[in-house]
Amino acid sequence: MSKQNIKLVKNAAGRLVPLEINGEKQIPFMGVGKYIPTGRRYGPPLSSCANFPDDGNKLVADLKEALVKSGLKDGMTISTHHHFRNGDLIANQIFDIAHDLGVKDLRWFPSASFPCQAHLTQYLEDGTINRIEGSMNGALGKFASEGKMKGIGVLRSHGGRYQAVQDGEVHIDIAVIAAPTADAFGNANGVNGPAASGLLGFALADSQFADKVIVVTDNLVPFPCIPWQIHGNYVDYTVKVDKVGDADKIVSGTTNITKSPDRLLIAELTAKFCEASKIIFDGFSYQAGAGGTSLSIGLYFEEILRRNNWKARFIRAGSNKYPVKMLEDGIVDYILDGQTFDLEGVRSMRENANHVDTSPFTSYNYHGKGNFASMIDVVVLGATEVDVNFNANVVTHSDGYLLHGIGGWQNCLFGKTVILPIPLFRDRIPIIVDEVTTLCGPGELIDVIVTERGVAVNPLRKDLIEKAEKAGFPLKTIQELKDEAEKICGVAEKPELDDEVIAVIKWVDGTVIDSVRKVKTR
Amino acid sequence: MAEVNQMVVVGNRGKKVRSDCYVELQLTNDGGVAIELKSKVEVMFGKANRKLIRDIFDFFEINNAKVYVEEGGALPLVIAARVEAAIKLLLKSDKDYLLDMIDENKNQTDRSDHRISRLYLPGNKPSMMINAGIHQPNGIILDLEDAVAHDKKYETRFLVRNVLRGMNFYGAERMLRINQIPMGLDDLDFVVPHFVNLILIPKCESANQIQQVNERIDAIKKEKNIDYQIWLMPIVESALGVIKAYEIASASDNVVAMAIGLEDYTADLGTKRTDEGIESFYARSQVVNACRAARIQPIDSVFSDVSDMEALARNVQVSKSLGFDGMGCIHPRQIPVIHQNFAPSEAEILKAKRIVDAFIKATEKGLGVVSLGTKMIDPPVVKRAENTLNMAISLEMVPSNWHDTFEA
Repeated sequence: MSKQNIKLVKNAAGRLVPLEINGEKQIPFMGVGKYIPTGRRYGPPLSSCANFPDDGNKLVADLKEALVKSGLKDGMTISTHHHFRNGDLIANQIFDIAHDLGVKDLRWFPSASFPCQAHLTQYLEDGTINRIEGSMNGALGKFASEGKMKGIGVLRSHGGRYQAVQDGEVHIDIAVIAAPTADAFGNANGVNGPAASGLLGFALADSQFADKVIVVTDNLVPFPCIPWQIHGNYVDYTVKVDKVGDADKIVSGTTNITKSPDRLLIAELTAKFCEASKIIFDGFSYQAGAGGTSLSIGLYFEEILRRNNWKARFIRAGSNKYPVKMLEDGIVDYILDGQTFDLEGVRSMRENANHVDTSPFTSYNYHGKGNFASMIDVVVLGATEVDVNFNANVVTHSDGYLLHGIGGWQNCLFGKTVILPIPLFRDRIPIIVDEVTTLCGPGELIDVIVTERGVAVNPLRKDLIEKAEKAGFPLKTIQELKDEAEKICGVAEKPELDDEVIAVIKWVDGTVIDSVRKVKTR
Repeated sequence: MAEVNQMVVVGNRGKKVRSDCYVELQLTNDGGVAIELKSKVEVMFGKANRKLIRDIFDFFEINNAKVYVEEGGALPLVIAARVEAAIKLLLKSDKDYLLDMIDENKNQTDRSDHRISRLYLPGNKPSMMINAGIHQPNGIILDLEDAVAHDKKYETRFLVRNVLRGMNFYGAERMLRINQIPMGLDDLDFVVPHFVNLILIPKCESANQIQQVNERIDAIKKEKNIDYQIWLMPIVESALGVIKAYEIASASDNVVAMAIGLEDYTADLGTKRTDEGIESFYARSQVVNACRAARIQPIDSVFSDVSDMEALARNVQVSKSLGFDGMGCIHPRQIPVIHQNFAPSEAEILKAKRIVDAFIKATEKGLGVVSLGTKMIDPPVVKRAENTLNMAISLEMVPSNWHDTFEA
């Protein structure tokens, strides 16, 4: 079926989505919590110790041999992970090898892609890679948005990625896990070694469910590699390389608090709102990302905790030096960490038993017996657009281009109070719109929008509105905020988008919440 | 008379330039008005921007020109200012291309309004202006003087004029620092007709300079039929200015405050500015005395280390103890520090409450004389107490309805 004449139906959110993509049936979004899966989890093929060396040495000569022995061939699904963020060196090598071997039509299934992987654009062009199912940023996002990718992209949240693998929705043929430290048996961790990046949680599903699992490291230690965040018992082959990741680029650039006075104001306003509406209290928990504004909010939260002589029970993080200091100062009992963003975070995770490495399974998987995202009291997230019904977009910009992944964003929407601190406009580009370009999160799960020009609370949260008003905290409606932005910036025109669907956005339960359209290029 | 085929350039562009607009313009003899627009927000505002640019050329009745506009999310008032400045570099015209005046910028300010914080904004940098008001300074200063390079002075006048008309500063007093006299007098033509609240006169050294400014303001007001009040705040920045402080402070009824500029003053003295400020003690004290004698507000110099909030706080405390009523700032994050440290103490607030309470009760009883205990209270004392409370209310230290529950 060609991409142009895909059949679309309207889902429960009113968005047009395909019933089938890349030859696979899709279920349209049915509403939050409405789709209940049946059946059993996917099971990988059985293995036998008889086929593996008794001495535990699974080393092969190089990555190419590992891929060939894993049976690399046309149409396979190859997974990689973003533990090294923009310092990843392995994903590019995998597809260089595939290209050299003349393999075609691969599905790349990364937990996220980064600008360092723009190198792979050529393989999307020449057919080595059929499509990406994962985030598409920078050059890859542009390539996909302009309709040049052969297959249709699929964007999933971190939790949705675990769910898709566990449910058998995505069958991984070969998982390549790049690890800062490993032993020849395949036990691996992220806390030690020259390219230490913290943890390997994004690779958990892949290790458990892929047909073949390859561990690649530059820091090979004698058995046992402790801690074993990845169990060698799942691993088929191990590979030693000179350099697994570029350490300088692993530490993300977003680990300092913002210096922008406007963003600091938004952070301060967010903290004031939380205090006024009493959603911060002794023993509360929060999630704050690693962006400059989020980090500043963390500092304001810390100040509130200290002033009241309170403690947080746990911080859900992307950690770095700031939450680590809070942990060490006893302002918080635990950090439940999904990824570490600086070396302080890595050190803390290595040394402190209360700095816990988590995976999308424990934190985010929606097809489990609960997950802890819904237990977090205050969740602070970003967005590229929010509409007047509090629906939000995190993947495309107002010009229609794919620019960000979903990350844990959708999963965190299940927190008790979800706050989006965002500037009302960026360089004249409005953030609050009538209708989001791409729907990633339904408005019913988004509670508060904090901008530099005021705070709007979702009318569904009568409790929060009441508390804020009682505390004399001024609120605006989201429509008032939108009108204010338009008075300053003018009314923005919508991008002209083609009918052609170039990617779909999955909801946390594997249903399709929206489609991403091809951008019309001039 | 139009200059044909000469090219002019106005505005700013570059990797780090945001919310601004760059224009290259050449008037031609034929070919119509050819507009080339390079925009970061083409998808969203390309059509609107082209329409605006074309409208400006129509307004000035220009039929043939080549114009290149490069912009990165500039607001319409910025684009309009840049294009108009370019046109007027080539074409003499008495007409002004004015966008709508927003209602929020039509308010007048009062002599006794607080001027604790005034945020300096470089007059040719739109990106710093857009969100200036949300940080709630008492005043914003659009600076035409030190913050603007010489070759940018002309185009900046169009920008600040449009900003005065169209940018919402959320209640901050709209101040403008003109260039030194006499150049600064020409700046007035661009701003007086557009609801500027207060003019800062830099490097002021005589009452005569105040007079010159007032004469020009009065002439413009008369010509344009304007009746709103425009206040003056001279800045003394030299040894001579400090010596003449009282003469300047008392030069005219519309002088409401006088500031000291320590960077230039210390240079004039041949010394260096220190955090402790011993070298400027005399000058600061002199300015405070001159202002108090002339019954106007003494305003302290800016503190230039924007990263050291603790040093700023100490600086403000000294400033307050010397008798200053406010201070300039060059970064929005300085505003809350300045407010908090100029804020009245609990004891000052309580005393002020007692005085105002006594005044209210005396008025209720129809008494002409206010007394607190056995002490008579003069009207200026009541006024000062009211000012203290107003400041405390504006800093959210005291509820506005405090008197309902006050027990003397």
